[in-house]
Amino acid sequence: MSFISVTQRLFSGFAISFQLFFGTLLLALPLGLLISFGSMSRFKPLRWLVRTFVWIIRGTPLMLQLIIVFYGPGLLFEMTGIGRMQAAYIAFIINYSAYFSEIYRGGIEGIPRGQYEAGQVLGMTRNQIFFKVVLLQVVKRIVPPMSNEIITLVKDTSLARIIAIQEITMVAQNYIADKGIIWPLFYSGAFYLIFCGILTILFHFIEKKLDYFRV
Amino acid sequence: MPALEVKNINKSFGNISVLKDISFSMEQGEVISIIGSSGSGKTTLLRCLNFLETPDVGQIFVEDKCIFNSEDKKSLKDSQIRKNRLHFGLVFQSFNLFPQYTAKQNVMLACELLAKERPDYKANKKQILTEIEQNAEELLKRVGLSERMDNYPHQLSGGQQQRVAIARALALKPDILCFDEPTSALDPELTGEVLKVIKSLADEKTTMVIVTHEMDFAKEVSDRVLFMDDGLILEQGTPQEVFENTREERTKQFLKKLTD
Ligand SMILES: Nc1ncnc2c1ncn2[C@@H]1O[C@H](COP(=O)(O)OP(=O)(O)OP(=O)(O)O)[C@@H](O)[C@H]1O
Ligand SMILES: [Mg+2]
Repeated sequence: MSFISVTQRLFSGFAISFQLFFGTLLLALPLGLLISFGSMSRFKPLRWLVRTFVWIIRGTPLMLQLIIVFYGPGLLFEMTGIGRMQAAYIAFIINYSAYFSEIYRGGIEGIPRGQYEAGQVLGMTRNQIFFKVVLLQVVKRIVPPMSNEIITLVKDTSLARIIAIQEITMVAQNYIADKGIIWPLFYSGAFYLIFCGILTILFHFIEKKLDYFRV
Repeated sequence: MPALEVKNINKSFGNISVLKDISFSMEQGEVISIIGSSGSGKTTLLRCLNFLETPDVGQIFVEDKCIFNSEDKKSLKDSQIRKNRLHFGLVFQSFNLFPQYTAKQNVMLACELLAKERPDYKANKKQILTEIEQNAEELLKRVGLSERMDNYPHQLSGGQQQRVAIARALALKPDILCFDEPTSALDPELTGEVLKVIKSLADEKTTMVIVTHEMDFAKEVSDRVLFMDDGLILEQGTPQEVFENTREERTKQFLKKLTD
């Protein structure tokens, strides 16, 4: 088994992993914000509903959710099953939105009341207070937990193999069964390491950029 | 014409009645200190003046103009509340500076945002912004921070932060400036610099309502002292009257406890 061909196969597997990572991030970041607003709503039933939903999603394994999203529609409602990749997107986006929403909520609720009140007595509007006073402080607060969660997402994409998505871990593992070699598996680990390394540097950079003030 | 007139303010939180029929008025340039034990409603009163709380009952007049009447509080719009707030300034016990802005930016921010609502803003933008900046620099100089204008709050001591907060409140030229225990969160050696600034404002005839636990300062700076107890103004008068010739037994107890 040549190093070149393994590299090529792993790259194609990584492309799938990356798509799942990126697609999840792109949709779960805004959706999480929406959910966090729901979980902080002054309207009790909505708040209760959203928090229960978040509790369920965070309290059950992502792997279980993947399986349910993929097989559920067909077996429960006799609907034609959805594609593997769609199922993966749906499960990951729902799961990560729930996690992100808790991070947003923590960031928003952590802003002291005094910041809002100081803005109010200075005659600012609600919008001005949010955008000019609160937002950047929230961003600063959520960058560290967000970076943890996003790095976890990189590694969580490997769970998609449970519904036979040909992401990089699955590709690498297939070499054990097919060819009886294990080194591609170690090799795949390097992909994760490098990718997570890049993200770590990126988040570190953002944290440094926001280092000029304290919250 | 009184600068401020408060009539029959009542405020409850749930079943607890925190302000019970508070009435007082003050003249332009007058300095009132409010003293009283913890939980007597001093903060709540200031918060009502600044529309951070809505009184259940009562009226507030600024220069004879009614800016709050509990009779028609339901119809009070957000934009109107915002406008009303500008009659007052509030300096918080915990400063509440905006951490991501420098001292100067903290002082300028609200002015800049308000300026955008001016009809001539687009035409005179540069000039307006320069004026705002100059004003901020002057104010910071006035509170003794001309060297610290470009520092962020975390780079300043508590006393310096509180002086920035005072400059920030002054920037909007409020008719009445309120202080809620402006030195309570400070180390004892830093209270002096803040009190000095407030004293200088009093000397310049700034109309102020000061909630304070610093009795010596209240004596020195105020024209009138109000003693609040359990949501009522129990006693009021000149510092001389309240501190030396105390009438009410409750006030005597309160003052005695402080000196013990
Ligand atoms: N938002 C609120 N909800 C419920 N109760 C409140 C609220 N704000 C104040 N109170 C109660 O109102 C009473 C008066 O509070 P306030 O803060 O006005 O007292 P204070 O005179 O400023 O006291 P201190 O000297 O400790 O600052 C207290 O019993 C307090 O617990
Ligand atoms: Mg208080």
